[in-house]
Amino acid sequence: MNSFFSTWSWKMAWRDARSNKKRLFVYISAIIIGVAAQVAITSFRDSLNTTINNQSKELLGADLEIETEQTPPDTLKAYFKELGGDQSTITEFPSMVLFPKTGNTRLANVRALTGNFPYYGTLETMPTEAALEFKSTPSALVDQTLMTQFGISVGDSVRVGRFTLPIGGALTKVPGESAATAMIGPRVFIPQSVLDSTTLIQRGSRVEYKQYFKFDDQRDMEPIEARLDSLEDHLAIDIDTETIAERQEEIGEAVSNLGKFLNLVGFVALLLGGIGVASSIHVYINKKISTASVLRCFGASSDQTMSIFLIQAVVLGFLGALAGTLLGVGIQYFLPSLVSDFLPVDVELTISWLAIGLGLFTGTGVALVFALLPLLALRKASPLYAIRTLDESITSLLDNKVKASIYTIIVFTVFGYAFLLTESWQTAGLFTLGIAGAFGLLLVVAKLLMQTVRRFFPSHWSYVWRQGLANLYRPQNQTSTLMLALGLGMLLVSTLYFSQDMLMGELQFANRDDAPNLIFFDIQSDQNEPLNQLMEEQELPILQNVPLVTMRLDSLRGRSVQAITSDTSSHVRSWALEREYRSTYRDSLINSETLLEGEWTGRADPSQGAIPVSAAQEIANDLNLEIGDSLTFDVQGVPVQAYVGSIREVDFRRVQPNFFMLFPAGVLEQAPQIYVTVTRAPNQEASARAQQAVVQEFPNVSAIDVSRILKTINQFIDKISFAIQFMALFSILTGLIVLGSSVTTSRFQRIKESTLLRTMGASKKQIIKILSVEYLFLGLLSSFTGLLLSVSATWLLGYFYFDITFVPNGWVIIIGTIVVTGLTILIGMANSRSIYQRTPLEVLRTETT
Amino acid sequence: MDVSTILEASNITQTFRSGDHQLTVLDQINFTISSGTTCAIVGPSGSGKTTLLGLCAGLDRPTKGDIKLNNVALGPLSEDERAEVRNKYVGFVFQTFQLVPTLTALENVMVPLELRGQKTEDVSEEAIELLTEVGLSDRLQHYPSQLSGGEQQRVAIARAFINKPKILFADEPTGNLDAETGATIEKLLFDLNEINGTTLVLVTHDLSLAKQCKRTIHLKNGQIEKDESSSPVKMEQINN
Repeated sequence: MNSFFSTWSWKMAWRDARSNKKRLFVYISAIIIGVAAQVAITSFRDSLNTTINNQSKELLGADLEIETEQTPPDTLKAYFKELGGDQSTITEFPSMVLFPKTGNTRLANVRALTGNFPYYGTLETMPTEAALEFKSTPSALVDQTLMTQFGISVGDSVRVGRFTLPIGGALTKVPGESAATAMIGPRVFIPQSVLDSTTLIQRGSRVEYKQYFKFDDQRDMEPIEARLDSLEDHLAIDIDTETIAERQEEIGEAVSNLGKFLNLVGFVALLLGGIGVASSIHVYINKKISTASVLRCFGASSDQTMSIFLIQAVVLGFLGALAGTLLGVGIQYFLPSLVSDFLPVDVELTISWLAIGLGLFTGTGVALVFALLPLLALRKASPLYAIRTLDESITSLLDNKVKASIYTIIVFTVFGYAFLLTESWQTAGLFTLGIAGAFGLLLVVAKLLMQTVRRFFPSHWSYVWRQGLANLYRPQNQTSTLMLALGLGMLLVSTLYFSQDMLMGELQFANRDDAPNLIFFDIQSDQNEPLNQLMEEQELPILQNVPLVTMRLDSLRGRSVQAITSDTSSHVRSWALEREYRSTYRDSLINSETLLEGEWTGRADPSQGAIPVSAAQEIANDLNLEIGDSLTFDVQGVPVQAYVGSIREVDFRRVQPNFFMLFPAGVLEQAPQIYVTVTRAPNQEASARAQQAVVQEFPNVSAIDVSRILKTINQFIDKISFAIQFMALFSILTGLIVLGSSVTTSRFQRIKESTLLRTMGASKKQIIKILSVEYLFLGLLSSFTGLLLSVSATWLLGYFYFDITFVPNGWVIIIGTIVVTGLTILIGMANSRSIYQRTPLEVLRTETT
Repeated sequence: MDVSTILEASNITQTFRSGDHQLTVLDQINFTISSGTTCAIVGPSGSGKTTLLGLCAGLDRPTKGDIKLNNVALGPLSEDERAEVRNKYVGFVFQTFQLVPTLTALENVMVPLELRGQKTEDVSEEAIELLTEVGLSDRLQHYPSQLSGGEQQRVAIARAFINKPKILFADEPTGNLDAETGATIEKLLFDLNEINGTTLVLVTHDLSLAKQCKRTIHLKNGQIEKDESSSPVKMEQINN
């Protein structure tokens, strides 16, 4: 290690680097982009976290939120009064809204507000004063995106239920909510005073009652939450609370998860850069063997000779990391535009010293770790190579144990850094395994390729083709490096593309001729018949008309839900225990349901004992249900004894109401219920017409326009995949740089033979052809391999994760292969210009030093 | 070992594995070389000349036997310790010159002394002097690729003498040069050797070059075929 700090080593490193600038730039260029990706994401994550901390109170808009799914009982109201402070109430529910000016309807998220909420941050509106005036006017605030979509302006009116009111302002931002919220459910704020006039709050309506508090004192939230917990038990209702700290943690976690994912995608670019470093330094050190040996002859120790190149590796790695870091700091200013729709805050970008430090450290570290193999091998270079040439690659001097140790160090570095990024052993392990698997597969393919070409060499082909093809397996070829760099880049990018394609393809079900595309829900019992008649008048078929009974689980296998949730050793998922079940009843299974276990009973008599119900496989898993397990449901105050009669598979992807719990006929008919009607509109106009007619006549009934939802999902996936593809772009860029650097380093290998060929009379055209053939095969095979691996990866993803059979698009494979192959040839030829554009002597004098 | 002996080779055997076969390149070689003498190792290609030179200079370890260089037994030394011995006592001239391509002529010459920890400013004067002696005072800042073959070998000779070696090993020093340049290099080599009182061991095919040495060891099939001492023939006599 002393040699590393000796003046002589640094002097020699500098002297040697002077005339190798170009080659050394190739060495550092590969890591610049990878480091930039890391720094950009980490900086952005840091800025986002700082913003969330600075704006924590605005995330909730109040000090405390208490939410119930029914009108707060008097006891709870009394407690609200006891809590004091400034209070606001929001009654929030989904409902159709209609714009009389254009006749457009849309399912919206209606919020009836009383009080001064938000206490922190503001409801941002155009005009600004609308946020303050809408409660007294009274008027509505409508999401700006919705108004733009339907060509509505401030001053026009909106009908909510049976009440029409003027639009006082366009809503642009609600504290703590992202712009994407408007895509899912556009928000409409109305004053609480007009809520009754809408007549929308009826039996079965899905309403959330939210009470917001602002305390002037530094109130301790813990005793409040404890008291609310005991009230929840006492009143037997769901009471959810949220404090600023909880909201901050929740959002912080979501942001951190997004950041971790993007960091990992960016890390692939850094790894690709590592391969580039490994490849170029390997070739570089190979050329330095004779220099090292001569120095050894004159008395330099093995450490001294290695130090010269170690210093170069460290300094250049640092310079590459520095360049990448500066680039990354610049790129972070572009990132907010990619993900701003998903963020609940406007990010205040700051310089993150942590990100800068991390970028410099990882960039230098990756460059060093990937350069270890040839550097350590150089220590083994005997001074004898000054008088005898070493015919093999320098790494052949290392014994297998040392090589294995270096590979282990690389694997642990990857794992360690992935852990640093994700803070999860499991994710870091899976990531490392996945990357190692992909590397391994690509290397195996490269090896097989070289063996195959060698074994089945087409000796009858023309000289130019034979020469180009033989370059694939000749000593010091670049086949493995290019296969890795190009293949991995292709694998990553095309897996992202294929996955998106697969998901979108699956979601196109609404376009099938027979698939339902319009669902009406929240239909009251007395509205069911008239609404079905209306459908007939609109000439829309009723594909399904099912009753829906809301209920909760009271006990499972004889133990109360409360007892199970407070039992820490229980494996039953609490969401499944505590959720509100919307079940139906019928005498038969439908074609989207398949019986898996037990026996389906179509009709039952409650007076004969417990009712056999059928549980969907998913809920059966989460509740650990087995055939015969007893269940007690609380059907709106009435206990119903049941047991698991059967477990069935349900195709939840079908556009229709699907049920976790299915009751037989004869049990729930008398229970309070609402209906759902499923139909298919032949086109957008018919769909809009039907929705308008329903809203006019049954304002409380809501409609889900499936094609609109698909459009929203499409927009969502587009936005998310753009962010991911942006990060993947770093990998493609690095892939191209590594390709360029590999080609440049392989040029040093090819230069002598090309010059010899020219000396012996080969024409410029022949040299170009030979090089083109080599790059053609390299590009063709690496891109094709990367694509094939990505097809396999997407298929596995579809099969195990999304439960979709993936059918790849042949054109994507063909076009992808052609584009990447073309790029490989282009970059290859551009980097080899000097070989065929200058005279042999000129080349030998300049390139071989 | 006699005080005047600079190099002693005892029972040197060198074998290599070639596939399944054991290839003996040197077989039981014994000789000593006195300090200040000139000795040529000659023999046909594949006779083991370069291998013997490498072993004598401590660039490699013999399979059997031992080498003593300036009374230091090389056998027990590690590679780095041997490097230290080379730096103190040994100089080299190679057939392919072996200048460091990224260093200037001056920097190439300074390397052996800089390796001893001496500062550039302290050694540069000496290096310039040597380069002037070999006729390259106007080529100090030139890189090897900017020099002719003869000039490169002159730089190599200057480099070989800068650390005032006790023994100089030369591997076909004129093998890559034309006759005229070769003759100039030979003269330079012998002259400097004489001035510095260095022992010269050279490996060559060239019998006229060998004749200029006081002693000639003939190698054949890895064994010493003949070891003859003679009055060295001066360059001028050959030319006459």
